[in-house]
Amino acid sequence: MTSALRRAAALLTVPVLLVALWWYSSANSTDFYRPPLSRILVAFRETWFGARLADDVLPSLTRLLLGYAAALLLGVAVGVAVGTSYRLRALVEPILEFLRAIPPPVLVPIIMLVAGIGDLMKVIVIVSGCVWPILLNTVEGVRNVDEILADTCRSYRVRGMARLRHLVLRSASPQIVTGARQALSIGIILMVISEMFAASSGLGFTVVQFQRGFAIPQMWSGVLLLGLLGVLLSLLFRLAERRILRWYHGIRAIEREP
Amino acid sequence: MLEVNALRKVYDGHGRRVEAIADLTFSVGEGEFACVVGPSGCGKTTLLKCIAGLLAPTSGEARIDGTPVTGPPTGLAVVFQEYGRSLFPWLRARDNVELPLRAAGLPRRTRHGLVEEALRAVGLGDVHGAYPWQLSGGMQQRVAIARAIAYGPRVLLMDEPFAAVDAQTRADLEDLIRSVWQRLGVTLLFVTHDIDESVYLGQRVIVLSAAPTRVAEDIAIDLPAARDQLTTRGDPRFAELRGQIYAQIQKAKHGSTR
Ligand SMILES: Nc1ncnc2c1ncn2[C@@H]1O[C@H](COP(=O)(O)OP(=O)(O)OP(=O)(O)O)[C@@H](O)[C@H]1O
Ligand SMILES: [Mg+2]
Repeated sequence: MTSALRRAAALLTVPVLLVALWWYSSANSTDFYRPPLSRILVAFRETWFGARLADDVLPSLTRLLLGYAAALLLGVAVGVAVGTSYRLRALVEPILEFLRAIPPPVLVPIIMLVAGIGDLMKVIVIVSGCVWPILLNTVEGVRNVDEILADTCRSYRVRGMARLRHLVLRSASPQIVTGARQALSIGIILMVISEMFAASSGLGFTVVQFQRGFAIPQMWSGVLLLGLLGVLLSLLFRLAERRILRWYHGIRAIEREP
Repeated sequence: MLEVNALRKVYDGHGRRVEAIADLTFSVGEGEFACVVGPSGCGKTTLLKCIAGLLAPTSGEARIDGTPVTGPPTGLAVVFQEYGRSLFPWLRARDNVELPLRAAGLPRRTRHGLVEEALRAVGLGDVHGAYPWQLSGGMQQRVAIARAIAYGPRVLLMDEPFAAVDAQTRADLEDLIRSVWQRLGVTLLFVTHDIDESVYLGQRVIVLSAAPTRVAEDIAIDLPAARDQLTTRGDPRFAELRGQIYAQIQKAKHGSTR
């Protein structure tokens, strides 16, 4: 219990200090572009705890989750196929390296041409950025299946779906989780960027609207909300990871002991 | 029951050619307990993998019930030398034992009964819920043995299963294997490099030469079927057999360096 308290304290000290610093240094600010934190917080409450929650925050999050889920499915499926087959890997690896090197934001105009300017475009933008770390990490993970475990499966006739589920995906899960973690932060960035092009709702859209209308405290409050959403999503991710990789962290903890 | 005919295995790859097995021929009768001893690196693991259908021989063949082995045969279980790596670290002990039964499509009730019984037989009635890495080396090896028992094989191959456990555990596991063999009536091929162990356990000891590997000697162990650590190992006949095998191994070693 005390160790949990101590960890929470260690985690919160720096953020609290930074917020305090922001608060005091901006308290008497008359600079139009840097309003006092107190005003930003008031704007935060007025702006986001109303109709905007359903009109802007929810659509953004929905698109993010849809795109992220699709990228997970696609990345893991293609990653398993490529990682398992030596010939497929030799064939597609150069193409994957090329596609991965393209920064997803430059794809937005192209995707707009193909998929229009609606929700579909935004989801595709998110998928196109999130899929690479997941895919490449899955390929890596699948290749690292332990030889003896593979032999164990063969001789006990664990095949097909059971093999996929209990051997291949589980062996690769530490790498898949690493890829998924990278993909999550990419996804948040792309969620915002995709809404800066031809959008009529969403967090990114609203922040840009505020900036153009010189609603500076509101703009700041939007940035603050995005940051908080990022923290919340990464906390949720950690909870999921702790469940999925319990065995992995358990082994690591034992290895770290003298 | 189990025949090995003119089996030869040459590893060829990475610019290195290793003749692991030169020419092996022997057979093991239905329900027989045969031990294979030989110096380290003489190809014992290679031999088991060929019999288990995990490795294709360069020439010659293994047969089970008259059928040539081309892939993992049904009703054959293997306990690997690296037991730590042959258990799934993400599955609890009971799930490790259960997985092959699930893959075989047995109904849940039957599975649970078999798992329960097998874990109890190896003296692990109370660690069902533990992950393998939470168990000691000896316990992990017993989980691997329980998995083989629950599978109900007709042929059981064991590769130096007790090499890495302490003397007391080793003695317990030896007695456990004898009782399992007597109860299940499986055909058992047990690889070890410990001469004492081979004499204590088997009805027969097949001595392999150093590489290039051949059968150096095939000795029947005419000790009484009821064995226990104190009286059997104190039996003058035990010392005699042990001396005989030891002399054979020495001779085989010198023979190969000539
Ligand atoms: N996959 C492989 N590729 C190339 N050479 C191999 C391979 N596996 C084993 N060998 C070689 O074949 C020989 C026999 O190896 P094997 O593992 O069968 O011996 P072993 O009798 O089981 O040894 P130990 O008692 O140490 O377990 C060794 O010289 C080893 O280096
Ligand atoms: Mg070996």
